[in-house]
Amino acid sequence: MIQTFNQLKKNLKKDLSLLPVIKIALLGDTATQFLSTALKGVGVEKGFNFDLFEADYNQVERQFLDTTSELFQFDPEYIIVFQSTHKLLSKFNTTSIEKQISVFNDRIAFIKTICSTTSTRIIYFNYPEIDDQVFGSYANKVENSFIYQIRRLNLELMNLSQQFPNLFICDISSIQNKLGRDFMFDSSVYVSTEMVLSIDTIPYIAYRTIDIISAAQGYFKKCLILDLDNTLWGGIIGDDGIENIQLGHELGIGKAFSEFQQWILKLKNRGIILAICSKNNESIAKEPFEKHPEMVLHLDDIAVFVANWENKADNIRKIQSILNIGFDSMVFIDDNPFERNLVRENIPNITVPELPEDPGEYLEYLYSLNLFETISYSNADLERTKQYQVESQRAALQFSFTNEKDFLKSLAMVSEVAPLNPFNIPRVAQLSQRSNQFNLRTVRYTEAEIEALAQNDQFQNITFTLSDKFGEHGLICVIILEKQNSDTLFINTWFMSCRVLKRGMENFTLNTIVNYAKKNGFKKILGEYIPTSKNGMVENHYIQLGFSPVENINHHLFELDVEHYMDKETYITIK
Amino acid sequence: MEKTAILSQIQEIFRDILDDDTLILQYETTAQDVEEWDSLTHIQLIVAIEKHFKIKFTSREILSWKNVEEMVESTFIKL
Repeated sequence: MIQTFNQLKKNLKKDLSLLPVIKIALLGDTATQFLSTALKGVGVEKGFNFDLFEADYNQVERQFLDTTSELFQFDPEYIIVFQSTHKLLSKFNTTSIEKQISVFNDRIAFIKTICSTTSTRIIYFNYPEIDDQVFGSYANKVENSFIYQIRRLNLELMNLSQQFPNLFICDISSIQNKLGRDFMFDSSVYVSTEMVLSIDTIPYIAYRTIDIISAAQGYFKKCLILDLDNTLWGGIIGDDGIENIQLGHELGIGKAFSEFQQWILKLKNRGIILAICSKNNESIAKEPFEKHPEMVLHLDDIAVFVANWENKADNIRKIQSILNIGFDSMVFIDDNPFERNLVRENIPNITVPELPEDPGEYLEYLYSLNLFETISYSNADLERTKQYQVESQRAALQFSFTNEKDFLKSLAMVSEVAPLNPFNIPRVAQLSQRSNQFNLRTVRYTEAEIEALAQNDQFQNITFTLSDKFGEHGLICVIILEKQNSDTLFINTWFMSCRVLKRGMENFTLNTIVNYAKKNGFKKILGEYIPTSKNGMVENHYIQLGFSPVENINHHLFELDVEHYMDKETYITIK
Repeated sequence: MEKTAILSQIQEIFRDILDDDTLILQYETTAQDVEEWDSLTHIQLIVAIEKHFKIKFTSREILSWKNVEEMVESTFIKL
C-alpha cells in the first residue's frame, strides 16, 4: 500500500489542478527537501494538492518567534515541525554536564511557546530514540542520561498534546520501533545530505503525517467489516463445527485469532463500528458468538450482522445503507483474496487491506497500516455500537407503521437545546470533523476554535441532542449563527448526524433558529450551501425549508423572512 | 559482471529516478551534464544502485566520485 519515494516524487508530475489546495508548512532542523517531496506525493495519492512552504534549513525557532516571519505570512492550515533526535543529541553532547537536563527543559518550553503563539494546528514529530550506550542499560537509573531524557521528552509531548488542542503528535518514534533504527537511519545519506532519515523511511513518515491531516479534513475510518471463517477463527464453521474451529489460548494457531479478536474489541471500544459480512447460514455463523467459550467478540459488539450466500459487495452495500456512512470510511478484512478483489472492484473508495497468508501475522501487518487514525476521541465514541443496534430496532418499528407521522409520534422524541459549554465542546468539535453528508458549508472546527466561538459575541451557537423511547442519540446537531448586522443572521454552520435523518429534526432546528431571531429583533436569516463531493443530500435543504434563493453569482445563497415565518410541524418536544 | 553491463544497469536506474527514458550515460558523464542530477537526486541514485546490486558504498566513496566511471568502478569492485 505504501509507495516508494520515487513513486511519490513522480506523483507531483500529475495534473493537480482539480484537487483541493491545502496550505501546509514544514519546518525542520535537518534537511527536509525529500520529506517535503514525499508529503506532496502522498497528498496527491490522498486527493490533496499541498501548497507547501518549506522554511530554510534550521529555522524552526526564528520562524515561530518572529511574528512577521514567512511562516506567519504564509498562514498555513497545518504546521509540521520536525526537530530531530540527532540534533538534540549533538546539543546534549556539547553542553556541560550540569546543564544537560536543561536542554530538554528548554525544548519542552519551546514547544509550549509555539502551541500558544498560534492557534494553527501543529503536527509535531516525536523523538525516535538513539541509545548512545554511555551507560548501557544502567542509563535507566541515571536521570541525566540521554535515553532517560529522550523518553521523558516523548512522555512530556503526550502531556502537552492533551493540554493544547492544536498540538498533534506524529508518532515517528513508533515507526522506528516497527522498522528498526538501522532501517530508519542511513549514515551515508546523513553524511552527504544532512538528512537523518533514510530514503526508504521517508514515505512511512510522510504517510503517517498525512494520516493526521486526512483525519482532520474529515477522512477517517468509522467502520470495520469482518469476514468470519479463517479471519476471526481458524477453520470453517459450517464444515468443521463449533468444537473444531481454532480459537483460544492453548498451543497452536487459535491464539492468533483470539489476539486478533482482542484488537478488534479494542477498536470497537474506541468507537469503531463492527459489522460482519460472511458467506454462511446466519444461525450457524452466530453460533460461535453465542456458545464458544473462547470467543472474545460477542453479538452485542456487532452493529450489523450479515451472513448469507449472496455476493459480498451487495452485502456491504446493505451494511452501508443501514449505517448510513460513506464507503470511504469503511475497512473490509477478509482472508480470501478473491473476496477482497471482488469488493475492491465493485465498491470504490472502500479500504481493503491485503492480509498475510499466515493468521499469526495478521496483527503485526495491520499494525503497520495505521488504518484508524483520528483527531478526536470522546465518550460518545463508546456508545456508538449501541446506537446503531438501536437503529436496527427503530427500522423494525417503522416497518409496522404505514403512516410516517404516526411513527414519528410513537417515538416520543425529546431534544435538549443548549448553548456551547465545556461539556459539549469536545463532541461539537468531533461532529464538526465527522459530518460530511448533512453539512451545509463543511467548515471544520477544532476544539480550540469552538472554544473561541463560544466567547465571541458576534456568534450565537445552538446545540441539539435527541432521544426517543429507544434510547439516546446524544448531541446530533449544531448551529452556528453569525450576526452580520442588526437585521441579518447568517447560518455559518448547520450540520447534523445522519443517524437522525427523517425525524423532522430539520423542522425543529429551524423553529429554534427563527425563535431566537424573533426574540432578538433579526428580520432575515441567510443560509448558504457549499457543495462538496459528499453533501449532495442537502443541496435543496434551504428550499425545502421555505427559504428563497438570493440572486448572486454562485446561486447557493438563500434567505428567509423572519416575520412571516410559521412554525413548522414537528414531533419533537423540548427537554 | 562486466563493467559495460553495470553501466547499462546503472543507466536504467538513472532513467527511472530521473524519469527520463532517453537518458544516455557514458563513463565520462558527470552531474553537470544531466539537468536533473543535483545533490539530492544523487543520494537517491546511490541508494537505488545499492539496492539494485545489493551492495553498500561508504560515505567516503560517495563523496569522492567525479564521474560515472568511478561509480561503475566502485560497484564493480564490490560485486
